[in-house]
Amino acid sequence: MDNVDKEPSMLKQKEMIGAHFDRLAEAPAQGKKVVYTFVPGNLTELLLSFDVLPVYPEINALQSAMRKRSGDFISEAERIGHSEDVCTYVKCDIGMKRSGNIGPTGKPIPKPDLLLLSYTGCFTFLKWFELLREEYDCPVVLLHTPYQADGEITPSMREYMVRQIRSEVIPALEKLTGRAYDEDRLRECLELSRQAEDDMVHVLESAQNRPSPIDAYFGGVFYIGPMFTAFRGTKAAVDYYAMLKQEVDARIARGEGPITPDGPMGPEKYRLVVEGPPNWTHFREFWRMFSEEGAVVVASTYTKVGGVFDFGFRHDPNDPLGTLADYCMGCYTNRSLPQRVEMLASYAKKFSADGILVNSVKSCNSFSAGQLVILREVEKRTGIAGGFIETDLVDARYFSAANVKNRIESYLQMIEQKRSGKTEEVRA
Amino acid sequence: MRVFTGIDLGSTTTKAVMLDENGDILGRGITNSRSNYDLAAAIAKAEARTSARFVLLGRELATTEDAAALDRFLPRLQIELRRRQHLQRLEVLREICAEECQHPRVARIREELERRVDQIVSQLVAAEARPGPLAIITKEAKGSDFFRDRASSDYSRLAEKAADVEVGFDDLMSIFDKAIIRVENTELKEGFEELILQALLDLGSRFDETTLARYRAAVQRTLAIELIDGGVIGTGYGRQRLPFPKESIRSEILCHGLGAHHQFPNTRTVLDIGGQDTKAIQVDGVGIVTSFQMNDRCAAGCGRYLGYIADEMNLGLHELGPIALQSERTVKISSTCTVFAGAELRDHLSSGQRQEDILAGLHRAIILRAMSLLARSGGIDDEFTFTGGVANNPAAVKALRQLVQENYGDRVLNISPNSIYTGALGAALFCRRAAEDRAAA
Repeated sequence: MDNVDKEPSMLKQKEMIGAHFDRLAEAPAQGKKVVYTFVPGNLTELLLSFDVLPVYPEINALQSAMRKRSGDFISEAERIGHSEDVCTYVKCDIGMKRSGNIGPTGKPIPKPDLLLLSYTGCFTFLKWFELLREEYDCPVVLLHTPYQADGEITPSMREYMVRQIRSEVIPALEKLTGRAYDEDRLRECLELSRQAEDDMVHVLESAQNRPSPIDAYFGGVFYIGPMFTAFRGTKAAVDYYAMLKQEVDARIARGEGPITPDGPMGPEKYRLVVEGPPNWTHFREFWRMFSEEGAVVVASTYTKVGGVFDFGFRHDPNDPLGTLADYCMGCYTNRSLPQRVEMLASYAKKFSADGILVNSVKSCNSFSAGQLVILREVEKRTGIAGGFIETDLVDARYFSAANVKNRIESYLQMIEQKRSGKTEEVRA
Repeated sequence: MRVFTGIDLGSTTTKAVMLDENGDILGRGITNSRSNYDLAAAIAKAEARTSARFVLLGRELATTEDAAALDRFLPRLQIELRRRQHLQRLEVLREICAEECQHPRVARIREELERRVDQIVSQLVAAEARPGPLAIITKEAKGSDFFRDRASSDYSRLAEKAADVEVGFDDLMSIFDKAIIRVENTELKEGFEELILQALLDLGSRFDETTLARYRAAVQRTLAIELIDGGVIGTGYGRQRLPFPKESIRSEILCHGLGAHHQFPNTRTVLDIGGQDTKAIQVDGVGIVTSFQMNDRCAAGCGRYLGYIADEMNLGLHELGPIALQSERTVKISSTCTVFAGAELRDHLSSGQRQEDILAGLHRAIILRAMSLLARSGGIDDEFTFTGGVANNPAAVKALRQLVQENYGDRVLNISPNSIYTGALGAALFCRRAAEDRAAA
């Protein structure tokens, strides 16, 4: 968002990210340990309690895409033998590593001392870390995450997770850092997480207002940034969300809509629920296709990939390992299709949405499998108009701007027709 | 009379449909799309106005003439008008070719080149100059009615004869290739009124004086009807380029849905296969879109696929369908990629498969892609309307019928002879509705 005056929370987030990458760049000299892990089901509080620095390869990949570097990185990975069909996050990450592993702020990202695979809901994650293990010659610790196939977390699933954290993850971190597991420290981090989570949920729920003061998808990806990555469990995150909450509340009080990269959005005409990750290579252009038409996203599932907090879950300092288990198993892509349908239908109602739109990305089967079934079911249950577009995460070759724009415009006009009483249903 | 126009700027052709106040179709126009969308829109619209004038003339004549007389007169008049327009464009071609001959790259042979190009154009003019429609009728029967297509085949035939070691075929064609783009981008000096009166004169000898006087009077009465522009709505890929305000632009998905509903009111599912995209659309009982799917990431299986295959097989696009219909044993084409399908085609040809069987397989492959989109959009409901350029291809229609029957059972399949105008028709209907809404407000 270079074109508009940044709000203080955005500047703060930028500072936080800058400081984190500074710390990472200095880690080898400072003798700090670095752990690579993924966003879904990340155990950031546990890592922080051991004073290690986390790196999130998917975040590096999406930031590379936003900086228009992913194309080169993907080509680099394809040159060394990764096929065109491989998840583009993986290729972008591998390509970045092969190109010097320079982070988004221009500083080098250190190699990992440990790869913590704390979420196995995505099978590609396993293969990804298998590749990184070869690239970096470092150990992997794996936390096997049971899928919520029956739509719930059972006590035995929870117990299984806690046992793994206790017997696999904690010993690996103790061995890595030479420190003993400090539960009090972990509890402190979890308490900070809980506080920040309250404010973040407040921000996401603010989209119930008309006009919505936020865009819960395109703007949402910025709001979830600190929570889903290195900052959950820190004072900085608590401060960031308190600040963001204040800004959003002020926007509600002034009756203002979201701020886009091109400035404040015009009048709100369409309220959408979006399922699926965004495209990162054309992020601004993609957002503009919505904002120019007056379409605001009032709820999205992508902003739940690193944790679903809006149905009541909060990290609980009183049950440190149990709460980490619940968190890991609760993240969005670990939920069954009926749970996802339920969630989307509830968003449609709660946020008074005009439509539900699926952005199906080529790279991510954890998301894409079953999306059309989900869409049809949500349409049936809510009666709102469904739409479907296809793009990719970080491979620009799968983003056909003219086609995507055409689909979005057609979809919004379809909603307009439906609303303006021209349809059979309304006429009858 | 107030008229409402819809313009569909497709990737291959630009179409216009004009409606009268009652929502009846008055006129249709079509032209090649080109880089200059504004002009393509203007030409298609002008063509629609011309054809609207003929409909109005028909209405005027119907008050004094019987049906048989109308059938004798109107088509002839239309052909004469087209001949006049063609002649005008040939004169523009002559001027622009002369300019192109001044280019330094042909300085070495300039004089001779200029002379031969002019001679070729003169021959083209001479072929059209005789009043009497025969030459044009035969040409029209061959297919395309676009100036570019007709002029280029005639020109290249004459250029082959005119070429020698001094001025080569490529030299002659390069002048034409440069000129034709500019010709297409030039609006004709004389409008409908002048041309129709000339056309009437051309036909003079074929009718007796009193009949001709009645015809002339009807033409005059038609010309006196003022066609007041009640609005224009644009759709299609080039719609953003139209010099229209945003509210005068509609997505072609909505336009195809409404257009198909207007053509066949019981339509519930629409398949449109155009040049570069395929759309599967579900509509409700009043023609409003309730769901749709399009190809986003790849255009394999669209109209251009057939164009590519026609080039690969050295056939005309219009020949593909009829040849494929002769197939007795469809070859399975598995590739969804247009270019790979070309490779598969050569492979099958070299292994001795019959051309018609391969072509039948290619048509089936296109329709299979469309079936997948249809399934994803919500299936095929009764009635099912097929639109877009590919709906004119009999082999594609045959494959579609088979696959619909196999997957969904009995469905009424509608194809309008004017299916290519479906999007423009929908846009015109939206235009008329918008005017009604404005009037009501």
